[in-house]
Amino acid sequence: MSLIGNLFCSTVGRKFLMAVTGLILVGFVIGHLVGNLQIFGHPDSINGYAQFLHSLGPLLWITRIGLLIAAVIHIWAAIALTRTNAQARGAQHYGVNRWIRAPFASRYMRLTGFVVLAFLAYHLAQFTLGYASSATFKGHLPEYTMASDFHIFGFPAVEKGHAVDDVYSMVFYGFQNPIISIFYILAVGLLTVHLLHGFQSVFHSFGWYSASWAPALRAVTIIFCIGFFFGNAAMPAAILSGWLKPAQGTNVAAQPRTALNQSP
Amino acid sequence: MVAGVSKNNISVTLRVWRQAGPGKPGGFVDYPAKNVNSNMSILELLDVVNDELTLKGEEPIAFAHDCREGICGTCSLMIDGKPHGPNQGVASCQTYMRSFEDGAVIVIEPFRAAPFPIVKDLVSDRSAFDRIQQAGGFITVRTGAAPDANSIPVPKADAELAMDAAACIGCGACVAACKNRSAVLFVAAKVSHLGLMPQGQPERDSRVLAMVNTADELGFGSCTNQGECSAACPKLISHDFIVRLNRDYLSASFRSAFCAHAAGSHAD
Amino acid sequence: MAKLDSRIPPGPLAEKWRRHKAEIKLVNPANKRKYEVIVVGAGLAGSSAAATLGELGYKVRCFVFHDSPRRAHSIAAQGGINAAKNYQNDGDSVYRLFYDTVKGGDYRSREANVHRLAEVSVNIIDQCAAQGVPFAREYGGLLANRSFGGAQVSRTFYARGQTGQQLLLGAYSALSRTVGQGLVQLHAQEEMCDLVVIGGQAKGIITRNLVTGKVSRWAADAVILATGGYGNVFNLSTYARGSNATAIWRAYKRGACFANPCYTQIHPTCIPVSGDYQSKLTLMSESLRNDGRIWVPKRKEDCKKDPATIAEEDRDYYLERIYPSFGNLAPRDISSRAAKRVCDEGRGVGDSGLGVYLDFSDAIKRLGEDTVRERYGNLFDIYHEITNENAYRTPMRIYPAVHYTMGGLWVDYNLMSNLPGLFVLGEANFSDHGANRLGASALMQGLADGYFVVPYTVGDYLASQKPGSRPSTDAPEFKQAEDNVTSIITRLLGAKGTHPVSHFHKRLGHIMWQYCGMARTREGLETALKEIPKLREEFWATVKVPGSADTLNQSLEVAGRVADFLELGELMCRDALTREESCGCHFREEYQHPDGECKRDDANFAHVAAWEYQGAGTDPLRNVEPLVYEAIKMSMRNYK
Repeated sequence: MSLIGNLFCSTVGRKFLMAVTGLILVGFVIGHLVGNLQIFGHPDSINGYAQFLHSLGPLLWITRIGLLIAAVIHIWAAIALTRTNAQARGAQHYGVNRWIRAPFASRYMRLTGFVVLAFLAYHLAQFTLGYASSATFKGHLPEYTMASDFHIFGFPAVEKGHAVDDVYSMVFYGFQNPIISIFYILAVGLLTVHLLHGFQSVFHSFGWYSASWAPALRAVTIIFCIGFFFGNAAMPAAILSGWLKPAQGTNVAAQPRTALNQSP
Repeated sequence: MVAGVSKNNISVTLRVWRQAGPGKPGGFVDYPAKNVNSNMSILELLDVVNDELTLKGEEPIAFAHDCREGICGTCSLMIDGKPHGPNQGVASCQTYMRSFEDGAVIVIEPFRAAPFPIVKDLVSDRSAFDRIQQAGGFITVRTGAAPDANSIPVPKADAELAMDAAACIGCGACVAACKNRSAVLFVAAKVSHLGLMPQGQPERDSRVLAMVNTADELGFGSCTNQGECSAACPKLISHDFIVRLNRDYLSASFRSAFCAHAAGSHAD
Repeated sequence: MAKLDSRIPPGPLAEKWRRHKAEIKLVNPANKRKYEVIVVGAGLAGSSAAATLGELGYKVRCFVFHDSPRRAHSIAAQGGINAAKNYQNDGDSVYRLFYDTVKGGDYRSREANVHRLAEVSVNIIDQCAAQGVPFAREYGGLLANRSFGGAQVSRTFYARGQTGQQLLLGAYSALSRTVGQGLVQLHAQEEMCDLVVIGGQAKGIITRNLVTGKVSRWAADAVILATGGYGNVFNLSTYARGSNATAIWRAYKRGACFANPCYTQIHPTCIPVSGDYQSKLTLMSESLRNDGRIWVPKRKEDCKKDPATIAEEDRDYYLERIYPSFGNLAPRDISSRAAKRVCDEGRGVGDSGLGVYLDFSDAIKRLGEDTVRERYGNLFDIYHEITNENAYRTPMRIYPAVHYTMGGLWVDYNLMSNLPGLFVLGEANFSDHGANRLGASALMQGLADGYFVVPYTVGDYLASQKPGSRPSTDAPEFKQAEDNVTSIITRLLGAKGTHPVSHFHKRLGHIMWQYCGMARTREGLETALKEIPKLREEFWATVKVPGSADTLNQSLEVAGRVADFLELGELMCRDALTREESCGCHFREEYQHPDGECKRDDANFAHVAAWEYQGAGTDPLRNVEPLVYEAIKMSMRNYK
């Protein structure tokens, strides 16, 4: 078989593809988290950042298409391998089933994966496409005017006074809804569990793992997962609890969510 | 049942999978066993139960066994949901009745996997392993063509690691324990043993590609890095060999795509 | 009467094999594929022979009763494999290995065969190393050696305690390669049930498929048996439960002579029997005797006491007492008999009274528990696993157990039996170990026969057979043999008796162990020769074999094998009775030196006894092949 054949048709090859795409997706969720944490800063930060991403144009689309392909391959390989594995198990199951030492997270990869996928669909619909809760979608809110220059790694990205989408308010409106917030925290929790096994698994599938540094990898994975979970959960938790108050000059400060819901 | 010399005899119930033949319907049947000497192995208990069944005019329980010292890899009982029984690093024949509580119900099933069809009762057909081996689990040496043994030094550490992998007894517990019925620990043990030896280098790439692809064709599942195989292995073969297999398979795949081939040869 | 021509080539001993190879006939490469060779068994001898013959171009079929060739009982050999490599520079040579083996066999083996074995031993190590067998290595990457009983040099190659397993996996990988290439056809779970002899030559076999029950005929130009030993006659042994004599026994009943059936090796360090349910005895490596001290209480009344409470002066370290220079490291047969003697005196320990202590407390005091653990930890673990006793705290209990059979089908120098076309390799033949086998020699012989002897000598025989002259399976001899097999099966299933097969196997085992075990007497053997035929009659009258012939039926498999053991056991006793001397593992109490050592009778018994079947109910014929020693002088073995 050829390289492509080996990668796409063999079990080891498909696991490699899952690992590569999984790693890409991990990269994305890390970037996504770092971007979103700017909600704790001045509205200029997150709104300027969003504007900067939009200004990338074709580059943004290439990234989005790349991420989409990665996600599709990851999901396709998972489904294909799941089917192979189900066939390998055969029709007759054991009378007694028990786990010997498989880590907790590894037993629920399919479940966590599918719930995260479902959440992702909703999340994109809400914050990227504006299909769900369209009233508070960034495109439908009055624009926000930048209070200062926005820099990325020291390079000017968005100028002061520029009118941009009010992502800041969109996020606030979203997370002020308890159902959305709780679902978000739950989904992030499941994604963390998925990563708890997935992140280590990448090293197995690449052939880069060994018992000699397994404890170190385990520690890194756990620290990463804890950071990832609390980083992500901090936003809805802070907004929902009211600990984080909207900054002045934004739509959400001018018109709270309760008022918005009552408006005709 | 067997009033042996031991002072601590126990009574248990064996709940055994009975199946008349391949593709026939099967089910569990209970066999109470009283006054069992706790120093007997579970296979010896099956011998005793079988003799009693024979005398009652019933068909004895078919189960695979041979050396009864944990090296031939024939015995293959799934005992209470774990291949070879509750203890670590032993085969079924090395599982003694003292591992069970008095009054226990012990569920005994065959190793199950689509590529290991049931032959009868507790016996499954594991010839798929032979086919994987035939695809590439060897170093080609014509009899008589070998150089002097000491002309090929092997670093001690490599030889020891190769021996760790080569300890595989081919019982299939790894497949039976794996939720995906992957044969990857078995294949990894073979590939690593031969791939760690200098003698095994010329065929290293073709071996790993052929063995993995054959295991796939035979219908074994994929690895999800859970380590159940290693935990169930009677020789406790390390999961690390699977990592080595992945590395070998991927580098062989990439090499076959990007390295030059002599005219007339082909990729794999 | 069978003609026993050993066909030992002329010339000086060291030149025989080289010259023979140069002179024997060859088969033209284009003709090789016209010959079909059947190999029965896939242990070390069988798989190495099948792989090599397949590689040479013959059409090979390999039959095994196991579900995979890798299960053969060669896999259980622990210690190692001898080879005269002299990598240690300690003065080893082909001659020394040859000499040690002949001496170890108490001068009852065929000199020329043993010399050839020593010669090819060096090629075996080369072959196995090239196959990737992970032998133990020195830090520099070169091969390591250890020493073994009966030798003063370090010539044993090993792979931890799993040398047999690793060598078998090497041979199995070679076999797998040829099977994958279509050079050898593998027939797993297909048990040989009869040999087909046409015109005095072996021309095929009858098999029963153990899964489907189908009985099939297979024609061939030559038949190779590599089916191992017959120690399971004793029921309890270190053999695998499936090891059996059916293939060689049924070949015997077709006219192949059975040589020296009474030579049975009893290994001194096994875990004692713990109950009548027991199916298997487990060997503990002989290496334990390097640091462990063997003893029993001096007084019978102490035997049931906790060993820790028995004072030093009340212990009898009998091996150290009787054999001061070799002590606890006395050879296998000698240590085994000494253990039997003290137990017969009523000084055995354990519940059954059949056991002696192997005590490590001195070693632990001298070396520390950690060092003892390092050296023998895995063996202590095995002991604990089986007996649930901690040997670091309390002495191990050990007792001898049947371990190997030196006897087997008679073969000439070419490893061909007196039936032309029938070759016999490994433990199934008789030729190389005489009356006692040295440690680490069984693996050597299996691979020597399969890789380096039979591929030449089969060619020599086939060259005398016209290509394509192989008979059709429609020949009347095939039908007759098949009918014989089906009639045995029908008879076994038809005997609607009252006892399971195991009942008879256990009783046969008791008779054999009692009268034809470590020490034999005329009186005992005569008793056995009366009891075994009675037991056999009872077997056929009252055995109960459930199930049918057309599915996997393990009771039926075992019944057929035990039926053969019931006949073979009688032949063993007959052979032991007629060999009126003691030699190696054959110890007749009437023939011993005052110190209890074997008293050989070279004037009357320096020969091979090859028994020839004369039909049911008729006594077999005892043929004799004199053993002529050209190169070495026969002398008394002395290990004191």
